[in-house]
Amino acid sequence: MIELRNLSMGQGTFSLQQVSLRVEAGEYAILMGETGCGKTTLVEAICGIRPIDQGQVLLRESDVTHWPVARRQIGYVPQDGALFPTMRVDQQILFGLQVRNVEQRKCRQRLEELVETLSLEKILSRYPNRLSGGERQRVALARALAFEPGILCLDEPLSALDQKTHRQLTGYLRSIHERESVTILHVTHNLNEAIDLGTVRFRLQEGRIEKMEQES
Amino acid sequence: MVTEPQTEIQSDRSAAAARRRDWFFWSGMSSFGLLYLLLIVSMILADFQFANPADLLEALRDERVRFSIGLSLLTCTISAILSIWIAIPTGYLLSRLDSPGLGGRGGRGATGRRLFGAVRYLVDTLLDIPIVLPPLVIGISLLVLFQTPLGRFLDDAAGSFFSLVGFPGIRGITYEIPAIVLAQVTVGAAFAIRTARDTFDQIDRRPEQVALTLGASQFQVFSRVALPQAWRGGVAAFTLAWARSLGEFGPILIFAGTARMKTEVLSTTVYLNFQFGNLRGAVVASLILVTLAIVVLVLTRLITLGGNRGRRASL
Repeated sequence: MIELRNLSMGQGTFSLQQVSLRVEAGEYAILMGETGCGKTTLVEAICGIRPIDQGQVLLRESDVTHWPVARRQIGYVPQDGALFPTMRVDQQILFGLQVRNVEQRKCRQRLEELVETLSLEKILSRYPNRLSGGERQRVALARALAFEPGILCLDEPLSALDQKTHRQLTGYLRSIHERESVTILHVTHNLNEAIDLGTVRFRLQEGRIEKMEQES
Repeated sequence: MVTEPQTEIQSDRSAAAARRRDWFFWSGMSSFGLLYLLLIVSMILADFQFANPADLLEALRDERVRFSIGLSLLTCTISAILSIWIAIPTGYLLSRLDSPGLGGRGGRGATGRRLFGAVRYLVDTLLDIPIVLPPLVIGISLLVLFQTPLGRFLDDAAGSFFSLVGFPGIRGITYEIPAIVLAQVTVGAAFAIRTARDTFDQIDRRPEQVALTLGASQFQVFSRVALPQAWRGGVAAFTLAWARSLGEFGPILIFAGTARMKTEVLSTTVYLNFQFGNLRGAVVASLILVTLAIVVLVLTRLITLGGNRGRRASL
């Protein structure tokens, strides 16, 4: 479950005032809105990497507003993947498990599961600068899912991808939602993507969030 | 109506004019740098012309010169290591102090952010003081500091420490070898911090923020995500601190003195030779300094370029 209660935050001339949102557990929520309306800022506030001025952030029914980032247990995939430049693909995926001191055998097992789910066999020993846009996003997804976070925040993960890769990644996201039983908040400005993937859709407009009707 | 051949001629002319304009632009831009380069090369060549290889060899046979070379190399290396130990964490802190998520909790309010910004600005300014202060002032300030009760206590404590670890000849800090290191670090660390901070400023913070969401501690983010990307900047900071230490003179003169075979480093050898009218000796010592500086600069460039694999961040 993800919930925002009367969230206010500002940076420079940009601000969000009294924004509220509730995504039930297991939903695939889509957050739409025009470029620059604050979608990314909102996701970063949920993850804890963007400070807020007022309001509350609740995850799994707990108030996490003042929790540090690491304690929130959210899988986060930024727009460009933000992969670690000096780590191989397998090291990136294992990172979240290693920092938790998960035992080696379980790490390998989880790596194999994700490699299979996201078809990463051939690129495991590559560095990020040797990956295509679609591969980068798949690696970022695997890295975010590795520690089985329960909540996944995706910031325009399919933008800037060609049509074929876009279709392929849409399929992966759908299967991840079904297999991993995660609550997903997916930010996009693409309506087709929203209809394809979302079980519930929201629109952020002029600093307010509204639930979109099913037929839109 | 313009015919096709005429259009071609016009286009050739405009292309030639553009090439001429570009040539003037690049020539103009290069001329400033070339003049400066000419000045540097001329100075070095003049030194080499003034002192012949025989003078150099003779100087190297002199026990006093060999001592000052050895002491310079030793103190510069210790100072550069100490400077980098100070610079890397401080540079990272200054770069990330106001970064959301990093350097603090995500829920920090607007007032907190403003306060952090002000603290960063103040600390940043204070750390630049050794860069702008005249070197002699740094030396005098160090000397005065070690005349205070705290300074005297530190001086005595350092003397006891060195005696305990088997260097009874070093009786404290002031006018001893540790004074040379302290004087060099005071200036060298400021340059190294600036380089380290610029390095971390150029590194994308988003992977570090993602690492936090993956459950990493601030230390793990620093050591496993940020630091491996900053290695080239670290080498640059080390080199800069080493080179600054090698050329340091004013603070050493005041704070460590110029005792022969005790606190005499290469820069003080140049000064002493010049002071006693031995211009050739001063030039020879300068040439040794120049050669050491060039060797270190070239080695650093080779290390940083040689390790330039695609996966590394280009810093």
